[in-house]
Amino acid sequence: MKELLTIDDISVSYGNIKALKQVSMHVNEGDVVCLIGANGSGKSTLLKSIMGQEPLDSGSITFDGEEICRAKNAGAKQGKRSKILTTDLIAAKGISLVPEGRRVFADMTVEENLDMGAFLVRDDALIAERKESMYDFFPILGARRRQKTRSLSGGEQQMMAIARALMSGPRLILLDEPGLGLAPLVIADIFEKIALINQQDKVTVFLVEQNARMALRASSEGYVMENGRIVLSDASSTLLENERVREAYLGE
Amino acid sequence: MGIAEFFQHLMNGLTLGGIYALIALGYTMVYGILKFINFAHGDILMAGAYVGLFVFDGLRGDAPLGTWTLIAFFLAMLISMGFSAVLGMTIERVAYKPLRGANRLAPLLSAIGVSFILSNSAAWAFGTHSRKFNYPFDNTPVHIGEVVITPHQILILSVSLIMMIILKLFVDKTRMGKAMRATSLDQGTAMLMGINVNRVISMTFAIGSALAAVGGILIALDFKVYATMGTMTGLKAFVAAVVGGIGNISGAMFGGILLGLLETFGVAIFGIPTGLKDTIAFGVLILILLIKPEGLFGKVEKEKV
Repeated sequence: MKELLTIDDISVSYGNIKALKQVSMHVNEGDVVCLIGANGSGKSTLLKSIMGQEPLDSGSITFDGEEICRAKNAGAKQGKRSKILTTDLIAAKGISLVPEGRRVFADMTVEENLDMGAFLVRDDALIAERKESMYDFFPILGARRRQKTRSLSGGEQQMMAIARALMSGPRLILLDEPGLGLAPLVIADIFEKIALINQQDKVTVFLVEQNARMALRASSEGYVMENGRIVLSDASSTLLENERVREAYLGE
Repeated sequence: MGIAEFFQHLMNGLTLGGIYALIALGYTMVYGILKFINFAHGDILMAGAYVGLFVFDGLRGDAPLGTWTLIAFFLAMLISMGFSAVLGMTIERVAYKPLRGANRLAPLLSAIGVSFILSNSAAWAFGTHSRKFNYPFDNTPVHIGEVVITPHQILILSVSLIMMIILKLFVDKTRMGKAMRATSLDQGTAMLMGINVNRVISMTFAIGSALAAVGGILIALDFKVYATMGTMTGLKAFVAAVVGGIGNISGAMFGGILLGLLETFGVAIFGIPTGLKDTIAFGVLILILLIKPEGLFGKVEKEKV
């Protein structure tokens, strides 16, 4: 299977604090891959790094065979100029991030939010078509398309954030804690949608979650992060049986 | 106060307010995105007025008032808008962008510096005397009942109204306009959408500066063109933007009109001496800040978690 996203030995720090330490991982095309770990273990930092929102101290990130992020000094020795794509250009490559806390444009309507998701799509007919399919996929968004997003419930906002991320027609969608602060039934609904996005729309999914059980059940491959380091990686079904995972993340 | 007198003041207030509103938009749009007050905005207005004046005089030559002078006037306005847009974008690129990551005071001081550079350069190049911006039409007042309206006032009202409608449509309906709103709401997330934030910022300066040029030309018809003409007008337009809720486009329009009306009626009703007219704006500013610090249309900003 083809490696769509490759993270090669990256480190990121905030001042003196090392948030990511030599993290390497990969996401195969067509898969659902999850990254679990406690609050503050570095999961969100990893997703931000992929989108070029955190400068790398070392290592590089490759998407579809093309290097999208590289540490500033890396390659300097070989005489290469450092090449760091800005976030908007990384998005244009076909990666969409659903950020932690949803980050909807609260003062804009649902429809306008979706329009922003399709900012890079220049074909009006295609945008209209995608909006309609989002309203079919998330009927509640169709019903509220003219409402300001701030009036939506948390679960609805999460669905809108996912729909917005899909509007660009990405090949890879990154989800940062899609279940955060939502009721169990709503979370189940959202995970069902994520599975459909992967199976029907063939979008590769990289999911970051604190809710380890949901995440491992929804994915085929899993990584476990502790203190900025990948400590375990395996098939998700194997991780669900792993003693360390069961004890630390599944509360068993 | 009779009905006629009321309408007279209303008309005067609306025209003054329309100009304030046009200029206030530039402050508010830039603030909405960069959380920064462009104190050189008033001087861009002055530069726009000079360009408008020179182009208009050049195009007009010795032609008598007529259709050609009107066409020349609007051509001059367009050229001045273009010039000011480029000037605004250049100032942003040279004096503000390099300071974007710095302490919040740094770009503010840079803006004040740019303001002095522009007004001093204008004084050096064009002299300190004020120049008359000739009316492109016969400005003989028209009497409607007892109300006296000058063609100049009609020009101000219609031009500022058209500009504001165009801006509102742009911001609400177009792809780049929506991208501008998205950027002002959440810059990081806007980038995730593939929006090039630097381009949005340049565009914001261009639009704000072009509107300031229009405001500068409209006000120059009554108050002449001189190097420091942007200082007081710019400051008052800034007050209008704060009163309306800085960062909010409708708020700036409303704040501008409100300030124009307050100044006019303040003198007329409360008998505030004309010499103290300028204090009204700042009095209102203090009052609004005390009662509703976020401005009339502003939202209380929550700290991001």
